[in-house]
Amino acid sequence: MMESIQERKYLQFLLLIGVFILMCMFIPATDGSWLWRLPPLLKEFPIWITESVDYILFDWWLIDVYDPDIEEYEQKPVMRQITRGISGFILFMIEFIREIMLGGVKTIVTFTSWDWATENQWARWPALPWTVIAGGVAILGYRLSGIGLALFSGFTFLYIAVFGQWEPSMQTLSFVLIAAPMAILLGLALGIWGYKSKTVETILNPILNIAQIVPHFSYLIPVMVFFGIGDHAGAIATIIFATPPMVRLTILGLKKVPPEVAEAGRMNGCTDRQLMRRVLIPTARRDILLGVNQVIMQCLAMVVIASLIGAKGLGSDLLIALNRLRIGLALEIGVCIVLIAIVLDRLSLAWANKQTDYFADQSFKERHKHLMWFMGVFFVGVFLAWIGSFIFKDKINYLYLIEHNKGITTGPFWQAGVDWMWDTFFYSLKGFNEWFIVDVLIPVKNAFLGMPVIATFTLAMGTGFIVGGIRSALIVGGYLLFIALTEWWDRALITSYLMFMAVLISGFIGIVAGTLCAQNEKAAKVLLAWCDTFQTFPSFIYLIPVMMLFGVTDTSVLIAIVVYATIPAARYTVVGLQSVPQELHDAGSMAGVNRLQRYFSIELPMSFPHMALGINQTVVFALAMVIIGALIGTDDLGQLILGSLSDKQGVGNGLVLGFCVAFIGLAIDQILRTWANQRKEALGLD
Amino acid sequence: MSSDASNSKDPVIRCENVYKIFGNNAKRMMKESGGKVDAAKFQEEGCIVGVNDASFEVYPGELLIIMGLSGSGKSTLLRCISRLTDATAGKIFIEGNDILTMNNKQLIELRRSKMGMVFQSFALLPHKTVLENIAFPLQVKGVSTDESIKRASEMIELVSLTGRENYFPRELSGGQQQRVGIARSLAIEPDIWFLDEPFSALDPLIRKEMQDEFLRLQGVLSKTILFVTHDFDEALRLADRIAIMKDGVIEQLDTPANIVLNPATEYVRKFTEEVPREKVLKIETVMDPVNAADPVSDLKVSKDAIIETVAEVVLNSSHPVSVVDDSGAIVGAVHPSKVVHVLFGGHSAEASGQPS
Repeated sequence: MMESIQERKYLQFLLLIGVFILMCMFIPATDGSWLWRLPPLLKEFPIWITESVDYILFDWWLIDVYDPDIEEYEQKPVMRQITRGISGFILFMIEFIREIMLGGVKTIVTFTSWDWATENQWARWPALPWTVIAGGVAILGYRLSGIGLALFSGFTFLYIAVFGQWEPSMQTLSFVLIAAPMAILLGLALGIWGYKSKTVETILNPILNIAQIVPHFSYLIPVMVFFGIGDHAGAIATIIFATPPMVRLTILGLKKVPPEVAEAGRMNGCTDRQLMRRVLIPTARRDILLGVNQVIMQCLAMVVIASLIGAKGLGSDLLIALNRLRIGLALEIGVCIVLIAIVLDRLSLAWANKQTDYFADQSFKERHKHLMWFMGVFFVGVFLAWIGSFIFKDKINYLYLIEHNKGITTGPFWQAGVDWMWDTFFYSLKGFNEWFIVDVLIPVKNAFLGMPVIATFTLAMGTGFIVGGIRSALIVGGYLLFIALTEWWDRALITSYLMFMAVLISGFIGIVAGTLCAQNEKAAKVLLAWCDTFQTFPSFIYLIPVMMLFGVTDTSVLIAIVVYATIPAARYTVVGLQSVPQELHDAGSMAGVNRLQRYFSIELPMSFPHMALGINQTVVFALAMVIIGALIGTDDLGQLILGSLSDKQGVGNGLVLGFCVAFIGLAIDQILRTWANQRKEALGLD
Repeated sequence: MSSDASNSKDPVIRCENVYKIFGNNAKRMMKESGGKVDAAKFQEEGCIVGVNDASFEVYPGELLIIMGLSGSGKSTLLRCISRLTDATAGKIFIEGNDILTMNNKQLIELRRSKMGMVFQSFALLPHKTVLENIAFPLQVKGVSTDESIKRASEMIELVSLTGRENYFPRELSGGQQQRVGIARSLAIEPDIWFLDEPFSALDPLIRKEMQDEFLRLQGVLSKTILFVTHDFDEALRLADRIAIMKDGVIEQLDTPANIVLNPATEYVRKFTEEVPREKVLKIETVMDPVNAADPVSDLKVSKDAIIETVAEVVLNSSHPVSVVDDSGAIVGAVHPSKVVHVLFGGHSAEASGQPS
């Protein structure tokens, strides 16, 4: 008996479940009992963080700074000067790009003064007519890729203009055009450093791991404290959030460069710099590009969230529209964000894949034809705008700059659609919603909240032990202990419950859909294309349609999470099943397996490690979405993080809450990844 | 061609007691061992001996092949000499300069002016076209675009890839890719040419074709060559001299004929056993001194001719055939019976087959 338990992991696991259930049943829910809940020993931790941050910002290392206004030296903390400098720089860059597109006076003011600008009213930077920008983007698309991308980009900007989202869109774009390149450069630099120095890599690794799972909101709070509120703060939060995948993919890509290629570079007489710039980075460009792509996606995902700390543009409009339950408008704005995301995504990919054709013997005219086209578009656009100023006298010049919300809007149409849906399906939707909440969600939630802390630890650490031995058990235990010692264990349980439900449903849907589609090559392609497209959508977008149907409830949040988190589960399933070598299929066929046998005895075991990693990603996606769900009302950790945004003492709380969320994810990651790696090793994959 | 002739010149490459030991405490272990490296003892300490006391010289225009199975340290030795890895101990001289004491700048200068290297997996830059790949060493050196493209185009002609200038490596076959690799390594007109298993990743037919191509190029260019391979037949076919390595040690370094005839160790003998002698041995190894009394046919064969290539001529002759050297002077005669012995006589040929 003992022997069979030692050998068979599933028996060990069953035993563990048994112990867990017994503990849940017999440990009473009494306050003060350590078996039920641990005391919040880390209660002071957030306060301590807040105070340290305050110290660094206001009292640490005072230096004398000359203040021209009062013509005297003043003592100021050095940190504040640094953050102010960074803020100023980024804000200037954003304003600069913004004013090129929308016109304005701030750039001129930067180089002169407000007084001067007021006196000289002529000194205004004029906006570019929207026709010029749309045409310019289309030409860029044509130059980088071809007529398809040109049409798509042109159409996107036309859509934005026609639907009256021009101004917020350009604000968002100016913000992304600063944040994305900075995140890319920063990520590339850190990645190269990590590649060159083992020490740096060892330091970066855990930071990257945590950074990937800490919810977006948590970044906002320290950024807000250090840099204040506004576009620059939004950009900085975005940069911090978007850099980690770039770093990771840069290191990964550089490491994948075959050693012989690096050696060839050195034998060809490259200096270290030449080797990096001309051999290693270009050879690793596929992964690095993936990083660039990720950065752009993350930037657009942050558009909405950054608006919470003052970034102007589509994000804040979307937030307002959602809060007022103006679903039609929210939908239009959402489409704008998605379109911009796709255009930037495609343009950046096309740019990176572009080859220089260096022997084509081109005339001056041919080499500069795109520039000349753009000049043509520019003059035509300006001319049209000038004509427009006569046609649309005293009204909005539709050929110059369409003001906010003054375009066509389909909002009422969508609103009517939503209303119709409500009227028609009200009872069935409501019935489902109520049943789901009362009979499914609430019981599960109560079950989670009814777990004694000791039982949770036993289950988690026991699973860790079965999968990865004492090391995994200790790591998992460490993560949980941190959460258990804060005041927010119950909130963390609620977060876990939402995540658990979502992962259960997503994992099921993803694996089933992935499996079915993988049976047919065409279907698999379609599914992967879908995954690609859906992944481009900022996570926030998913909240819009579900709120249309289910209002502000846990059901909405859950469905949004499921839609978002199913992507990786499905993707990894398909990829895993497709990676089963053809020879194995042939061997199976020759052994005479039928379809089901093939699936259960060949495909499933072989692709299990892939699927496990897919579920791991699903967990990460779900956690991110659970926290975003706070924006439409949940009562978990996310809500507290959102709350600490508007709290003076919020830094510590926000950070510690963020860590709590991250640690839930990391604990699960530890178990799933260890297990997947073991399976991989056992199967001789990789 | 033969090593005797070039002994008078200074060696291009000279290795003195070169060691390469992998592992964290390699340097310390090396010091403690006092010059005698015992691979097994090092392994216990977590060190792996890559190259163990290698000493040899390569002369101008000579083609030295380092032959060994995987893990024998042959590629490591090559990388020590090109200083892609730093040798743990010993001295390596390139044209009299110790490269182990060179700083980075000198090393780069040396590579830009004197060295070219071809890699087993071709190691082409995937983002550059054929032409750009070949022009690359010139461009990093600072040669102008026009000039480097012009030079690269010449190289493309040399390796018969005309018409594929704008292809990307992924669009080429293995053989074509290696032609690009060869052209790239020759673009700066190096004096020393390193080839690390250049044909191992190719199909047998293509490999043969590339070997011929290589011999043709070497006939035109006469570089000093260090060539690494695991293929003994390839080594016999191409080499002036062969160094056979095992576990980091050079077991034997000699001409192909001498290795086949007098394997120094049991390990070398295993390679030579199956080798058809007529494909390796030159006529001079089976010729007899000129004996004026003997009737000689009026046919002549070169003393450097491989037996297989002239066997038919000699066997069809009723008398011994005269053997001449490069200048045409008669240096000996070969009896058909000797050739028959090499072709069909089995291993006992060794006793009678001593080079004169």
